[in-house]
Amino acid sequence: MDMTTQGIQIAQPFVPAKPNAAKVVARSVNVHYGEKHALKDVSVDVPDQAVMAFIGPSGCGKSTFLRCINRMNDTIPICRVTGKIEIDGKDIYDPALDVVQLRARVGMVFQKPNPFPKSIYENVAYGPRIHGLAKNKTDLDEIVTTSLEKAGLLKEVKDRLNDSGTSLSGGQQQRLCIARAIAVSPDIILMDEPCSALDPIATARIEELIDELRSNFCIIIVTHSMQQAARVSQRTAFFHLGILVEEGETEAIFTNPREERTRDYITGRFG
Amino acid sequence: MTDTSMQTTATPIRRRLDTTSPEAQAAVRRRYRAEARFKAYGLLAILTAAVFLVVLLVDIVSKAMPAFTTTALQLDVAVPGDLVPPDQKYNPAAIRSADYLPVMREALRTAIPGVQGRGPERTLLRLLSPGAPDILRERLAADPSLIGTTFKVPLLLSATADLYFKGAGTPIIARAGRGSATPSGTSGTITVTAPGNDFSENLVTLKLAVAERARTLAAEAERTARGNAPNAAERANELRAEAAALAARAKDPASAEALDSSLPTLLAEINGGLVKISQLAANRIEGDVLLRLATADEAKPGDWRIVTYATPESGRKITDLEVAFLERFKAKGHVESGINWRFFTSGDSREPELAGIRGAVVGTALTLFVTLILCVPIGVAAAIYLEEFAPKNRFTDIIEVNINNLAAVPSIVFGLLGLAMFLNFFGLPRSAPLVGGLVLALLVLPTIIIASRAALKAVPPSIKEAALGVGASHQQAIFHHVLPLAMPGIMTGTIIGMAHALGETAPLLMIGMVAFIVDVPTSITDAATVLPVQIFLWSDLPELAFKAKTAAAIVVLLVFLFIMNGMAIWLRKRFERRW
Amino acid sequence: MTTVYFITLACLVVAGYIIAARRARALRPSSGAAVHSLPTYHGLLAAASLIVPMILMFAIGSPIVKQLATSSVFSFFPPEIANDPLQRGVILRDVANLLEGRYQGEPSAALRDAAASYARFFWTGRLVVLGTGIAVGMAALLLVLSRISASFRARNHFERFVLAVLLLCALVAILTTIGIVFSVVWETYRFFFDPSLKGRPTITDFLFGTEWNPQAALRADQGEIKTAYGFIPLLTGTLLITFIAILVAGPLGLFSAIYLSEYATPRFRAWAKPILEILAGIPTVVLGFFAALTVAPLIRGWGESFGLDIASESALAAGLVMGMMIIPFISSLSDDVINAVPQSLRDGAYALGATKSETIKKVVLPAALPGIVSAFMLAISRAIGETMIVVMAAGLAANLTFNPLEAVTTITVQIKTILVGDQEFDSAKTLAAFALGFVLFFVTLMLNIIAQQIVRRYREQYD
Repeated sequence: MDMTTQGIQIAQPFVPAKPNAAKVVARSVNVHYGEKHALKDVSVDVPDQAVMAFIGPSGCGKSTFLRCINRMNDTIPICRVTGKIEIDGKDIYDPALDVVQLRARVGMVFQKPNPFPKSIYENVAYGPRIHGLAKNKTDLDEIVTTSLEKAGLLKEVKDRLNDSGTSLSGGQQQRLCIARAIAVSPDIILMDEPCSALDPIATARIEELIDELRSNFCIIIVTHSMQQAARVSQRTAFFHLGILVEEGETEAIFTNPREERTRDYITGRFG
Repeated sequence: MTDTSMQTTATPIRRRLDTTSPEAQAAVRRRYRAEARFKAYGLLAILTAAVFLVVLLVDIVSKAMPAFTTTALQLDVAVPGDLVPPDQKYNPAAIRSADYLPVMREALRTAIPGVQGRGPERTLLRLLSPGAPDILRERLAADPSLIGTTFKVPLLLSATADLYFKGAGTPIIARAGRGSATPSGTSGTITVTAPGNDFSENLVTLKLAVAERARTLAAEAERTARGNAPNAAERANELRAEAAALAARAKDPASAEALDSSLPTLLAEINGGLVKISQLAANRIEGDVLLRLATADEAKPGDWRIVTYATPESGRKITDLEVAFLERFKAKGHVESGINWRFFTSGDSREPELAGIRGAVVGTALTLFVTLILCVPIGVAAAIYLEEFAPKNRFTDIIEVNINNLAAVPSIVFGLLGLAMFLNFFGLPRSAPLVGGLVLALLVLPTIIIASRAALKAVPPSIKEAALGVGASHQQAIFHHVLPLAMPGIMTGTIIGMAHALGETAPLLMIGMVAFIVDVPTSITDAATVLPVQIFLWSDLPELAFKAKTAAAIVVLLVFLFIMNGMAIWLRKRFERRW
Repeated sequence: MTTVYFITLACLVVAGYIIAARRARALRPSSGAAVHSLPTYHGLLAAASLIVPMILMFAIGSPIVKQLATSSVFSFFPPEIANDPLQRGVILRDVANLLEGRYQGEPSAALRDAAASYARFFWTGRLVVLGTGIAVGMAALLLVLSRISASFRARNHFERFVLAVLLLCALVAILTTIGIVFSVVWETYRFFFDPSLKGRPTITDFLFGTEWNPQAALRADQGEIKTAYGFIPLLTGTLLITFIAILVAGPLGLFSAIYLSEYATPRFRAWAKPILEILAGIPTVVLGFFAALTVAPLIRGWGESFGLDIASESALAAGLVMGMMIIPFISSLSDDVINAVPQSLRDGAYALGATKSETIKKVVLPAALPGIVSAFMLAISRAIGETMIVVMAAGLAANLTFNPLEAVTTITVQIKTILVGDQEFDSAKTLAAFALGFVLFFVTLMLNIIAQQIVRRYREQYD
């Protein structure tokens, strides 16, 4: 293998995977938390209608990068982002851009299921309501039903839409959060370790769901589990110490990594 | 290895804790005793606080009890047909403004016939409160057909009379006469002769009292003699002479004794009348008739009584004549006591029996209303800003430090602010709930800001992130999700802040809410007072009856406070959420 | 008129909201992009754009109108009357009474003209304010309406307005402090330096004088009693009562805190904590009543049985009850700092075989000492500033004594005594109260700042 020769190189030379199909294009993204340089010069293309997995040990910057894509890092006062991230060719850090509208196009699912302590219906309806997506009540009902349907939750909850979202089981809650995210019909869904708080069965259901959603959305998933990355993603990026070490077709990464560090990580030698 | 060998060769420095010797055990016991003592101090401290609280509450409630009941005379009142001019008979205003004094005087005369002279009559009338005709007046205004008829109506007693029936009077001892007794007349100053020496026991008691007073005087004479007042010797001699005279009187069993107001009052109840004894011999008394005798006939043994008012007249607030009248009313079944509703339904008054807390309660409600509508929106908004939107810089730090310091500024200083700023500079009205509410709002604002920030902080950030994640703006996330979840905590803090405001007195004194205000305020710019200030005002008044009123007002205030704190605890328990 | 103004404002706001929201709802996005803001936000922005200028207009206009109307009144009176401040007050009161129909007697021609002029100025002025208010509001509304479009960021604009309102609310706290400082400092300055003030003392007289007698010599024939503004007896009185209070509350509060945090079972805590909280919640006027009517006679009677002559307004009674008031305060603050001592320190002592009390005495308390010191400082500041207990249970006479059985007076009692009732802002006596208030504010502020500083350092040590 030839990657040993490049082992000490800090960043990969960027090789577009599928030109023109990239939904998200990041170039030289750097993130600082106060003094700490959390993400160093990351450049990556994320394809549309596919699942891309970010893997790497804890604190490697993968979640930080994920939160750059919908500008959730803006809520942390000491956080500073430089570089360029484009979605569909538009710079999302453009001062003229309304971050709220960006987040409507880039949905997010969090590590711990965090439904609002309101009814299931309200959880899903909230997004469409604040964005004015529904013309009337019937319209809104329809959005809620389809979103729940797409999240594979409708069958389980259709008789109790007025129950509190927090009364559901952990896996159901996470699917509710996914339904909530897709209710505003985003282009991209970011998932920050969506299964880390769930049991294996619930995890399997979420993974199935991710696979189903792939045809309509660009999905980026951050995960600790390499098996999960291998199961659900088409492309994988490996982060380590704030550096994007390697990125490519998932199969290639797992069977034939170019980098020593990637190989060490996926074979369990560190991390 | 070398270390160990060195240690073993040197003098042994390894010591073992000695746990078996008697000294060691004694030391351990000593340490445990110290432990027990220390623990007992802690328990004692808490118990002291608890005992203080219990004593405080029991003391106030027991002082307050008399104020919650009131005493009235149920009398037959004959309302003359010409109370109001005939053409005004159906005019309630005319009925209300009619002169009821003659009506009441007549009713009292009927109840106790034979009261003569302006003095006793006035005394009788003074037993009634100035507010006594109120019920009669209202009844007549409601039903003018009662004019010209006689019917039973409760007439409110004055505070002195009211207190008499609540135990502030005197113990009364009555003893039936063993022999017969003959009065010399039915009114004025009369003598009563009792050949059976019925008064000898009283005379002995009286002589003992005289002897006691002689001793006291003698002692005082000696004290004066020792003192260094300019004319000490002279004064001491006078006292000595006085004491000697008294002692001589006490020794002579035959001489008659005069009674005065420093001794228990003796009375003879005979032929349906009452004689206050002024001169007492074993078989004969002389005295003034308090209640007229029906006849001057001889009373048979057992038909007349010797009555003692054990507390000397000078030691109580009520005269013998008044006691006699009240006892007569009581004996005839006219006295009735009931719950003092007036205390809750009327405003302040100079007459204790008429004074109520309604004005103060309404004033409190108006003041707290102003406080609430000012400090809740401002406090919550400030908390949201500081907790969620404030940039982390020096200016924000200053605001934070400022709020903490403001929470500890003495309340009277807020009063100075109100006086100098709101009254003097902005020219707002004095004594008004508006200004009181403003001052209290500034006073409790720090409390509410601090409590609201804590409540906002307690909402997990994941809720906010979830809202941001679906594209809510920062403000939407706060106002749609975080604030509703923090609301129970904010409300708890608000109630505690309002309870604090409810008990606050000092700053309101500064802005003139201490005026004597009879009318119940109707708007936030009317002159008003509040409950704690009313308590302060009443506590300053000399009348005994106002002490009970003060305590009763305190009980009402404490009840409000307990309700508010109870609500806060209930809210906290009910909506407590573990994330 | 005020009511009319605000009813108009409310109507305009509602109308503005509805018009703007309807316009926004009718919008059709031009080129595929969605409408930026919900109709609600367009409506809210329109409402806000109405409220701000209209309220500003009212706040600026009303005082100007009032000023104009007032000054118009005096031109009807001869200058010697119109320039006398006392007469001016009388005239204004008469005018107000006349206009409200409460004037007693027959008004003079000048007064009647003045009242008419006042009314004319007042009403026309108010009408002008109302008119301009509406005009300005409408202009702002039209501006917003003209900008409504699919891409108009109404939400962002409205949120900026909300943020400004939130900031304004946070500034109220600062404004309060400025208000306090301004009122006490200004009047204190006048007390010492206003040349027109009769009988003002020098700062040295005030700070070091041993005689306090502000009431005297209001009339010439009372000139015998000397007015004096010596602060020392008030200081000693305040400190004496505070000292007694801390002597009572210090040990009791501290031991309560130790017992509650180290020994008490959860069940006992569940009982004891509310008791202390209730005690903390008793209004001070109630404690004052208890001190004056129950504790003071009790102490007096108890003293008599020992042959001691105790004043009925002794410092002891006020101090004792104040101590009771402060117990929960010291207890809860100390409880917090004792709980903040890390368990590892205690474990270290236990592991060496120390008993619980030895651990507390040798390890926990020394570690918590800064926090406890600050708790005591806050308690002292509380005691110094407490008013009602001393007003009701302590005396009025400024005795310079350290005997707790005698009557003393305090700073707060004197402030209350001077300021309750009628007061003119031009007498040295009234201003003396503000000087006392200044001292009170300054001392308690210093105590608080130092205490907070100590606590902050202490927290940093264990965080």
